[in-house]
Amino acid sequence: MNSTILQTATRYLLPLLLVVSLVIMLQGHNKPGGGFIGALIGAAGFALHGMAFGPKATRTALRVDLVWLMAAGLAMAIASGLFAVVEGSAFLTGQWGSVHVPGFGSIKVGTPLLFDIGVYCVVLGVVMSIVLALLEE
Amino acid sequence: MTLLPVLPILIPLCTACLGMLFYRSLRLQQWVSLFGAGALLVVSILLLVIVHRDGMIAVHSGSWAAPFGITLVADLFGAIMVLLGAITAAAVVVYSIASVDSIRKQYLYHPLVHVLMAGVCGAFLTGDIFNLYVCFEVLLLSSFVLLALGSERGQLEGAIKYVTLNLFSSAVFLSAVGILYGAVGTLNMADLSLKVAQAAQEGRDGPLTVVAMMFMIAFGIKSAVFPLFFWLPASYHTPPFAVSALFAGLLTKVGVYAMIRVFTLIFTHDVGFTHSILLWVAALTMITGVLGAASQGEFRRILSFHIVSQIGYMILGLALFTPLAIAGSIFYIMHHIIVKANLFLVAGVAHLIRGTSDLGRPGIVGVYASAPIVALLFMIPAMSLAGVPPLSGFWAKLILLRAAVDERAFLYVAIALLVGIMTLFSMTKIWAEAFWKSPGESADNENSHDDAPPAKPPRTPFTMLAPIAAMALLTVLIGLGAQPVFELAQRVTDDLLTPSRYIHTVLGSPDAAPSGDAP
Amino acid sequence: MTLNVLLAILVGGLFAMGIYLMLRRSIVKLIMGLALLGHGANLLIFTSGGLVRARAPLIEEGETIPSAPFADPLPQALILTAIVISFGVLAFMMVLVSRAYRAVGTDDTDEFTGTDH
Repeated sequence: MNSTILQTATRYLLPLLLVVSLVIMLQGHNKPGGGFIGALIGAAGFALHGMAFGPKATRTALRVDLVWLMAAGLAMAIASGLFAVVEGSAFLTGQWGSVHVPGFGSIKVGTPLLFDIGVYCVVLGVVMSIVLALLEE
Repeated sequence: MTLLPVLPILIPLCTACLGMLFYRSLRLQQWVSLFGAGALLVVSILLLVIVHRDGMIAVHSGSWAAPFGITLVADLFGAIMVLLGAITAAAVVVYSIASVDSIRKQYLYHPLVHVLMAGVCGAFLTGDIFNLYVCFEVLLLSSFVLLALGSERGQLEGAIKYVTLNLFSSAVFLSAVGILYGAVGTLNMADLSLKVAQAAQEGRDGPLTVVAMMFMIAFGIKSAVFPLFFWLPASYHTPPFAVSALFAGLLTKVGVYAMIRVFTLIFTHDVGFTHSILLWVAALTMITGVLGAASQGEFRRILSFHIVSQIGYMILGLALFTPLAIAGSIFYIMHHIIVKANLFLVAGVAHLIRGTSDLGRPGIVGVYASAPIVALLFMIPAMSLAGVPPLSGFWAKLILLRAAVDERAFLYVAIALLVGIMTLFSMTKIWAEAFWKSPGESADNENSHDDAPPAKPPRTPFTMLAPIAAMALLTVLIGLGAQPVFELAQRVTDDLLTPSRYIHTVLGSPDAAPSGDAP
Repeated sequence: MTLNVLLAILVGGLFAMGIYLMLRRSIVKLIMGLALLGHGANLLIFTSGGLVRARAPLIEEGETIPSAPFADPLPQALILTAIVISFGVLAFMMVLVSRAYRAVGTDDTDEFTGTDH
C-alpha cells in the first residue's frame, strides 16, 4: 500500500501511540491499563507503520530484534519473581522500594512494575512478529 | 524449599529465554537446550526424592494465602509426572540434535520445546483450577507452533484439526471453570474439594454434576478418549519425529492427569454416575483405538491409534475407582509415557534408514538386515506396549486386570485382554513388515519408485540411538523392578484417595496432621 | 435479575453462533466461530460470577474480607486472562489459516483430508 495520506498520518500517529502506550503501561498498577494493553497500543502503532511503509521499514523502525525483545521481556518477568526468592519469601511476592526523583518527590517502585515492563516487551515482540509475518506474505 | 516446586516451571522458562537470546547461533542454542533439559531432569529427581521423603509441599506464589492466591502443590503424583516429563524432554532434546533440521531450529524449535515443558510441569504442579487452564493454554500454544513449524501441507492440515478441537476443549474447560466458580465461589482445588462435598451434602449436586461432565468432555478431548479423539491420529504423524514423540509421550497424559486429579479430588460426590460413564468411555476408547490401528499402514499412524487405545486403560483404572485400579492407572501412565515416546523415536530412526514411514513395500522393509540394533530397540518398547512379560506393560495391565476381576467387571477384563492381543498383533505387523521382511526379495520391480531408498542406508547418529537405548533400558528396569514402582503407585493412590492430606497441606490443617506420610 | 436473563440468552446465542460457524465449510469462518465461542465462555464467567452493581469490593477498617454483597473482581481477572490467551491463539490461527490456504489452495474444509485416510 503506497498512500501519501496514510504515510503522513502515520508519521504523526506513531510517536503519539507509543507515548500513550507507555503511559497506559505505567498507570496500570492503580488504574485501568497495564503491560498487555499498553503493548497492544504500541503494536497498533507499529502495525500502522507496517501498512504505510511496508514490513521491511518497520523492522528497521523497531530497532531491536523481536526475538531478543521477547527474550528480554521474559527475563524481566522471571527476574521480578526471583527478587522475592532472594529475600526469602515465596516466588512472585511483591517487593517494594522508593526512588527519589527531583521534582516529583519519592516514587514507590516495585517488582510488579518490572513484571509489567516484561509483559510489555513480550507482548510487543509476539504481536509484532505475527503482524510482520502476515504483512510479509 | 519454597523455590523447589517452582523450579520445574522456572527452569524451562529460563532455558527458553536464553535460547531466544542466542537464537542466531544454533550451536549455542543447542547447548543451552541440552543444559536446560538436564537441569530440569536433576531438579525433578530432587523434587521426587524430597516429596517422597517429607510429604507434599505447597507453595503460595506471591505469598497470597491459600484459597485466594495461586498455590503450587507438589504431591507424589505431581512429582512423578514432572519426572516422567523431564525424562521425555531430555530424550527428545538429545534426539533433536541430529533429527530436526536447522531451519526449524532457526525458528526457535528449542525454546518452544522448553515453553511446552513449562506448561506441562505447571499443569502437573498447580493447585488452582484456573491456573490449570492457563498452563494448558501455554502448552497448547507452544504445541500449535511446534506442530505447524515447517509449514508443510500435511502439517498445516493436521494443525488445523488439532488446533480447532483443542481450542473447543479449552472453551468448554473455561465455561466449566466459570460455572464452578459461580456455584461454589472458589478456584483453589483443595478448597473446591471441601466446598463441592459440602454443596453436594446440601443437595445442590445437580449443577455440580453438569460441571463434572463439562470437565470430563474438556479433559476427554485433551486426552483423546472415545468419541473425542479424532484430532490425534489426524495430526500426530505430521510433524518431525522428535515433536511427535514429545506430544505422544506427554500431551494426552496431561489430560489424563487432569482427569484423575479432578475426579479423585473434587468430583467424587456422585461416583455412581460419573465414573460409570468413564467406564464405558474407557472400554470404547480401547476398542476403537486398537481397531483404528489395525486398519492403518503407516508407522506413526498405527502408533497414534495405539495412544488412543492405551488411554482407555488409564481411564479404566480411574473409572473402576478402587485403590488397586487407580494404582494400576498410575503404573500404566508411568510405563506408557516412556514406552510411547520411545516408539515414536524408533519410528524416526526407521524413517531415517529407509526414507519413508509407510510399512511394507514400497516402504520400510528389512531394517533388521541393515540395523539389527534398531530392530532390537524397537522390540523392547513394542513388546512392552503389548504387555509381554517381564516388561513394564505386562505389570501395568496385570494390575488393572486384577483390579477389574476384583470388581467382578468381567466384560471389561475381556475387552482389556482382547485389546492387548490386538496390540500385540499391531506390533507384530510393524515388526514383520518394517523390520523382518527381507529387503532384497522384490527390489527389482520397484523401479517406478523415484525416490527409492539408497542401497546403503545412512548411519544412525549416536545422538538418536542413545535416548532410545536409555528409554528402552528404563522400560526393562520398570519391568524387572516392578515391585518398588508398584509400591510408589500405591502410595500415590493412597494420597489421591485421602484428599484430606492434600487439603491440609494447602489450606493448613486444624489438627496439624503431618501430610502425605503414607506407611 | 433481567440483566442476568439477558446475559444468559446472549451467552447461549454466542455459543450457538460459534458452533454454527465452526460447522461451516470454511476455515475463515472456523476462526470466527472459535472467537465467538471464546467470547461466550468469557461472558459466561462474568454472568455466573454474579452481577452486583455499584458495590466496590473494598475492605472496611478492621475487617479481613469485604462485606457482602460486593462486586466480585475475580471473574473479571479470569476473563482478562482468558482474553489475553484467546488473543494470542487467534493471532496464531490467522497465520496458520493463511498458510494453510496457500498450501491447500482453498478454504473449503472438505479439501483438508490429506492427513486422514
